[in-house]
Amino acid sequence: MELTGAEIIIRCLQEEEVEYVFGYPGGAVLFIYDALFQQDKVKHILVRHEQAAVHAADGYARSSDQVGVALVTSGPGLTNAVTGIATAYMDSIPMVIISGQVPTYAIGEDAFQEVDAVGITRPCVKHNFLVKDPKDIAPTIKKAFYLARTGRPGPVLVDIPKDVSNQKAHFEYPASVNIRSYHPPGKGDSTQIRHAVQMLLEARRPVVYAGGGVVLADASAQLKELVHLLGAPCTNTLMGLGGYPASDKQFVGMLGMHGTYEANMAMQHCDVLLAVGARFDDRVIGNVEHFAEVPRKIIHIDIDPSSIAKRVKVDLPIVGDLKLVLDELLEVLRNSKQRPDPAGVTAWWQQVDEWRARGGGLRYRNSDEIIKPQFVIEKLHEITGGDAFVASDVGQHQMWTAQYYKFNKPRRWINSGGLGTMGFGLPAAMGVQLINPGATVACVTGEGSIQMNIQELSTCKQFHLPIKVVALNNRYLGMVRQWQEFFHGNRYSESYMDALPDFVKLAEAYGHVGMRIDKPSDVEPALKEAFARKDDLVFMDFRTDPTENVFPMVPGGKGLSEVILAEDL
Amino acid sequence: MRHIISLLMENEAGALSRVAGLFSARGYNIESLTVAPTEDPTLSRMTIVTSGSDAIIEQINKQLNKLVDVAAMMDLSDGDHLERELMLVKVVAQGDAREELKRLTDIFQGRVIDVSERTYTIELTDTCAKLDSFLEAVGHDLILETVRTGASGIGRGDRILKL
Repeated sequence: MELTGAEIIIRCLQEEEVEYVFGYPGGAVLFIYDALFQQDKVKHILVRHEQAAVHAADGYARSSDQVGVALVTSGPGLTNAVTGIATAYMDSIPMVIISGQVPTYAIGEDAFQEVDAVGITRPCVKHNFLVKDPKDIAPTIKKAFYLARTGRPGPVLVDIPKDVSNQKAHFEYPASVNIRSYHPPGKGDSTQIRHAVQMLLEARRPVVYAGGGVVLADASAQLKELVHLLGAPCTNTLMGLGGYPASDKQFVGMLGMHGTYEANMAMQHCDVLLAVGARFDDRVIGNVEHFAEVPRKIIHIDIDPSSIAKRVKVDLPIVGDLKLVLDELLEVLRNSKQRPDPAGVTAWWQQVDEWRARGGGLRYRNSDEIIKPQFVIEKLHEITGGDAFVASDVGQHQMWTAQYYKFNKPRRWINSGGLGTMGFGLPAAMGVQLINPGATVACVTGEGSIQMNIQELSTCKQFHLPIKVVALNNRYLGMVRQWQEFFHGNRYSESYMDALPDFVKLAEAYGHVGMRIDKPSDVEPALKEAFARKDDLVFMDFRTDPTENVFPMVPGGKGLSEVILAEDL
Repeated sequence: MRHIISLLMENEAGALSRVAGLFSARGYNIESLTVAPTEDPTLSRMTIVTSGSDAIIEQINKQLNKLVDVAAMMDLSDGDHLERELMLVKVVAQGDAREELKRLTDIFQGRVIDVSERTYTIELTDTCAKLDSFLEAVGHDLILETVRTGASGIGRGDRILKL
């Protein structure tokens, strides 16, 4: 069957059972949009800025097990998308981005809206392609989806020149794909797995440190069983939250820069550390030398060998699909006659509980006068039954949400962990809402972050997305202000947000419901009212305490035990 | 420590820039890089000479392996291997030096491939270290121009990098 390149692209998306494409039209993708127009299987969500298209596709992927798809035009369409692509890359989110390119004969001539898309995106994609022949479109898109979702997932860009999308070729979607230079890991090494079990059984002070890999591999059930069999404390990274239930008694909270005292101290004093789908990044373990001073044994399970021994030395590496590795590890553990020494486990938990008492878990001083941001998140958790999808932007509000919204299920916590992209929250929430129709979706944001993609309120109106925007508005770029207070002598250089819009009127101007909440006593009623409005997007402008800081805090470059607690100041 | 890494990669546009980009983005050293298609025109063979601590070299190997276009790779420095680099060097060859340079070229098993009244152009193929010694023996004052290809490497005997 002969089809145009554009028709082939749409047929490929249909074959991949793509329900939604997030995009924005333009010159180089006109044929593709024309083909999109003439069918109704693949639905298109028209965003207001290409960055938002990619974040929406990202939120779509994070909150499901699907590959997110974005469609943008050449030149500025592509460059606008780059922040979204880099965000997805840092957090290993499966995504396919289709970008238009100037016609093949114009490439390299500085044509109108021409950029080297493959060159610009190379460092922030898992792989990318420039398709120069319509007959290559189908096999390339097949490869793109395969690469995006297998192995360590990631975004894949397919750049398609305008003439290629208009030329005809025979269409046949490949049934399978084989890339001779790409072999995603499967099972782990059985000998290594048996060694790991032995080390864990002999540990006196084990800790399980689980990251976003557990969520991506859908291995939460395996992780929970393992932690229970070992009787060990379990901590999650920012990306891993929800991968282990926060309400479980063996959960010691998030670790890292704003992690709990007990989680960080347990990391520093354990004798065997089991890292699962986590990468020891700087926001998690702080100073590498300080971290390495402790004579603990590290077992590291990850699908990406380059994540192993990148920042810290590892005693026992296991490369493989987390789910398969954990399944095998559990089987060995279940069949072993040995169990962790109960006396050792008890003594270790006594120590962990002492830290918990010293650090006070998470603590803040509530007020009757001024709204504390942590209080809003606690109430948000309460009113949504802890079961909402929560997309967040980046900054203090992100950390407070990570700390105080106790995620019990994976894929509920949607945030830009690696790249830390302000402006991520609202468009990501759109993707979440689309793939989870009827679900409660909140976007926790700040007055800084929300303004980076606030135009998406218009998209939300067009597509009836009843997201609940929880803006913690403290009139400051809070995290910047916090660092300036701690490390720059209270010189608040450019971190005050002057001339803020009236968010209530702004929400109303976009056709939504706006609420302004100034008093602590109004927090709960406002949230209740907002979440009761099932069909409306409600923008809640919470005027919060501008002086509030995120604690605990391990300052940048310090070790995990050099933590600042709330009462230290 | 100096390492020679051999790669077999898809002979596609942009493959070279993926490797070069990886080295610059992650701040790895790159001493030389050579690339050309193999007997199988769909594959290119690349030799990279780099240096770094064991941990860095391990990361370089892993990161290269992670590139989708890299089909196979081998750190030649892990075992017996051969390396050769081609150098073309133009030198001032006048007076007594003219005879001396010819002798030096013979000793290093090079060839004079172009002659003018004032110059010799010498071709030399050997290890990188040997080429360095030759240049040192000639002396900076006489060297007009140096062109080096960077090292190409191959395993000894049955050490074969093939798909």
